[in-house]
Amino acid sequence: MAEQLLRAAPELAVASAMPARARALSGPHGPRPRRRFSRRNVFIYGTLALVAVYYLLPLYVMVVTSLKGMPEIRLGNIFSPPVEITFEPWIKAWSTACTGLNCDGLSRGFWNSVMITVPSVFLSISIASINGYALANWRFKGAEVFFTVLVVGAFIPYQVMLYPVVIVLREIGLYGSLWGLVLVHTIFGMPILTLLFRNYFASLPEELFKAARVDGAGFWTIYLRIMLPMSLPIFVVAIILQVTGIWNDFLFGVVYTKPDTYPMTVQLNNIVNAVQGVKEYNVNMAATLLTGLVPLVIYFISGKLFVRGIAAGAVKG
Amino acid sequence: MTPTYQGRPFSLFRNLNAKIASIPMILTALVIFVGGTAWTVFYSFTNSKLLPRASFVGFDQYERLWATPRWLVAVENLAIYGVCTLVFSLVIGFVLAALMDQKIRFENTFRTIFLYPFALSFIVTGLAWQWILNPNFGIQQVVRNLGWESFTFDPLYNADIVIYGILIAGLWQGTGLIMCLMLAGLRGIDGDIWKAARVDGIPTWKTYVFIVIPMMRPVLVTTLVIIASGIVKVYDLVVAQTSGGPGIASEVPAKYVYNYMFLAQNLGQGFAASTMMLLSVVIVIVPWAYLEFARRRRHG
Amino acid sequence: MTSVQVRDVSLSFGAYDVLKELNLDVPEGEFLVLLGPSGCGKSTLLNCIAGLLDVSEGQIFIKGKNVTWEEPKDRGIGMVFQSYALYPQMTVEGNLSFGLKTAGMAKDEIARRIARAAEILQIEPLLQRKPAALSGGQRQRVAIGRALVRDVDVFLFDEPLSNLDAKLRSELRVEIKRLHQKLANTMIYVTHDQIEAMTLADRIAVMKGGVIQQLDAPQVIYNKPVNRFVAGFLGSPGMNFLDGEVEGDAPTFVATDTKIPLGRYGFGDAAKPGKAVFGVRPEHIATGDAAAAMPFQVDARVELVEPMGSDTLVWTKLGGQSFAFRVEAERHLASGDQLRIGFDPARASLFDGQSGSRM
Repeated sequence: MAEQLLRAAPELAVASAMPARARALSGPHGPRPRRRFSRRNVFIYGTLALVAVYYLLPLYVMVVTSLKGMPEIRLGNIFSPPVEITFEPWIKAWSTACTGLNCDGLSRGFWNSVMITVPSVFLSISIASINGYALANWRFKGAEVFFTVLVVGAFIPYQVMLYPVVIVLREIGLYGSLWGLVLVHTIFGMPILTLLFRNYFASLPEELFKAARVDGAGFWTIYLRIMLPMSLPIFVVAIILQVTGIWNDFLFGVVYTKPDTYPMTVQLNNIVNAVQGVKEYNVNMAATLLTGLVPLVIYFISGKLFVRGIAAGAVKG
Repeated sequence: MTPTYQGRPFSLFRNLNAKIASIPMILTALVIFVGGTAWTVFYSFTNSKLLPRASFVGFDQYERLWATPRWLVAVENLAIYGVCTLVFSLVIGFVLAALMDQKIRFENTFRTIFLYPFALSFIVTGLAWQWILNPNFGIQQVVRNLGWESFTFDPLYNADIVIYGILIAGLWQGTGLIMCLMLAGLRGIDGDIWKAARVDGIPTWKTYVFIVIPMMRPVLVTTLVIIASGIVKVYDLVVAQTSGGPGIASEVPAKYVYNYMFLAQNLGQGFAASTMMLLSVVIVIVPWAYLEFARRRRHG
Repeated sequence: MTSVQVRDVSLSFGAYDVLKELNLDVPEGEFLVLLGPSGCGKSTLLNCIAGLLDVSEGQIFIKGKNVTWEEPKDRGIGMVFQSYALYPQMTVEGNLSFGLKTAGMAKDEIARRIARAAEILQIEPLLQRKPAALSGGQRQRVAIGRALVRDVDVFLFDEPLSNLDAKLRSELRVEIKRLHQKLANTMIYVTHDQIEAMTLADRIAVMKGGVIQQLDAPQVIYNKPVNRFVAGFLGSPGMNFLDGEVEGDAPTFVATDTKIPLGRYGFGDAAKPGKAVFGVRPEHIATGDAAAAMPFQVDARVELVEPMGSDTLVWTKLGGQSFAFRVEAERHLASGDQLRIGFDPARASLFDGQSGSRM
């Protein structure tokens, strides 16, 4: 309504001023007329909407499937909304679904993942940010060489280093434990995080660092008092990057932990792809959604920072 | 006048704090990345079975590897998956980005929708698409219920096309990111370029093809590296969606390595296969790094 | 007494020499300006004095103490940077006190020093604000304050006014000069702006290629430049240069049809015939009646007129080469006009054609 009024307003104004300005305004005047439903707009929005449907479809199917009972799934089609909504599959997925001998549901994997993710994120970011700071501001001979090795190392397929890491973990007695996996995530998160922090600290004005040195601040004082308070955005980006990356990890989880300490993704795969027993598709979808919930929530609340985080972290793959 | 300072501090102790702080990085770089890689390559020339043993057999493991049908299928799958992913994600990603760049409404909504799959684990993605492509309940059944009784769409159960079933899921997960990178590249281009093209009367598509895309070179290179490094590592998606089946039809090298190292207890084969993966990365990365380095030198 | 002494200092990054065996003595209380184009090594030299860069060769003394290997904080210096370099998350007071707290100074002494600096710089009302809430001029005052509270002997300025607009720059320039008069500290000031150099300096060191070309009082540098580079770098509009030759026993400068007698020119050594460059500043050229009194006179045809407001720059040709001179703004000249100009060769400069150094 308001928009219509606004669009009508110039014409009204012109009409009232007509006698005085009639000659000056003959021919095209004012804003060029535009059609709302031009062919261009229909094409653009049509294509985008179609693609959006394709992207949303799997999420929709997962949600409706997880809210149906098994009889309804066997009869209906996967796109139809549930006739009778039931939360039974969610409860079962969380607390009683079986993986091998354990029948305590995904909750075990969830808590394992929490206990892996929290220290991994903290440790990897602490170490990488200090590394990046040393590389950006306190260059010493050889530092760049190690850093180059580290970044090139990020391109080596993990498969090449899987077994040597098994040996290292066995030697220090952490093989199969949560802390072993924490160490693995810290190591393999280091290249991308160090790069992220080094570039960020290098982009801060160098004169600030010089001023702090003239003021007599040393390595740790400058890091804690000057750099850290200025770097909140990059820490948030790093946290988003690490939480989603570590939560979604499967390969390291399956290689370096035992059934007791499996992270959520590994347990989810074992539940859904179990060979024995009747397939309960609704429970499977509820379990899948539960596993995807943590990164999805982070994604929806962090918005643009997430885009920055994955753009930086995509190299990690 | 002579220097009054009592001797220069020993060079190892200069910048000592920075060196101490860098110990984790140095250890990781040397022990894990250099040491681990060298170790694996070294033991790929042995006949290690359950445990690594230093008894050399030359290239035996590699000969056996290239004579194993399972490995050949894995390599072929990776090639198909790689080429298709590269082409489709670049094309789709760029077209989506170009559409998003037309000063449209609801841009944030569209971006949120295109990108959310990237936040999900490959396991979640694989399981979701396993369900949608399920022939008894998924798309095939829905279309048949509509009356087209002979409709067949069961990629995950057809050995000939199973890799394309995985490709659909892979593209669903990754294209949003490519779109985002391309969009950032498009936004980074000086707006005056568009004004100049408009004044000169150059059609939009021509501006994109001849002016904008060449200007996006750095973004395209980054995107290519990102896509390529993702392709070599593809593993979780296959495990979740098909477990390598039907039969061995959807095996990939990363899965082959895992199976031989941790399930078949044939470490030597696993090491040889992972060394081949490393070699393929080297073949892609080294020329690229060389070109980039040479280019940067030329431009100072 | 010498305050800062730089002895045979060299600095190279790989094969690239930034400073070459540089020597410099700064007496106590002097305002020394390091002037030069970008890349001449002036900021590098300042960073070496501050201890922010390690020298490759040579020594640096401050107050007679060899500080070559000392940390910046132990050198007795304060430094002001071009980008202000204020810690963004701290208030103005926090910025001023950070260094003192790090050094473990007593609270009441810190408060006393901040109060004094704030009074001198008139920033008392700003003490509780964050840098983001300050204007460019205010930020630079705080940055100066940070050097001031350290109560040091030597102030180092690294192009402190370059980020400010023209008006603020001239205001703060005056203030820095006043500050120097009041404190009488040694100040070393890096700039590429010749006006700043001329107005502020007791002495100017003109640098190029990591070497000090000339070190002297501003007037000497302006009127008796040691080489063509210094002559060309100072002055706006720049000095006129005529390519030609020095000829004869009674030395004369010849550029095609123009002959300038050099009898009144103060040669350093005996006049040497050969290729040379003759330089004279546009403001040293007289016109009209004043020209008639000059030892050298010539008729000139106006080619182009550039009104500058306070005066007017007129372009002509002398010996077939471009030549500019200044006239009062009230004088209306048009292209094609003829007039008589003249100057005194004693106020001109003559440079060797090959080496470019003053003859």
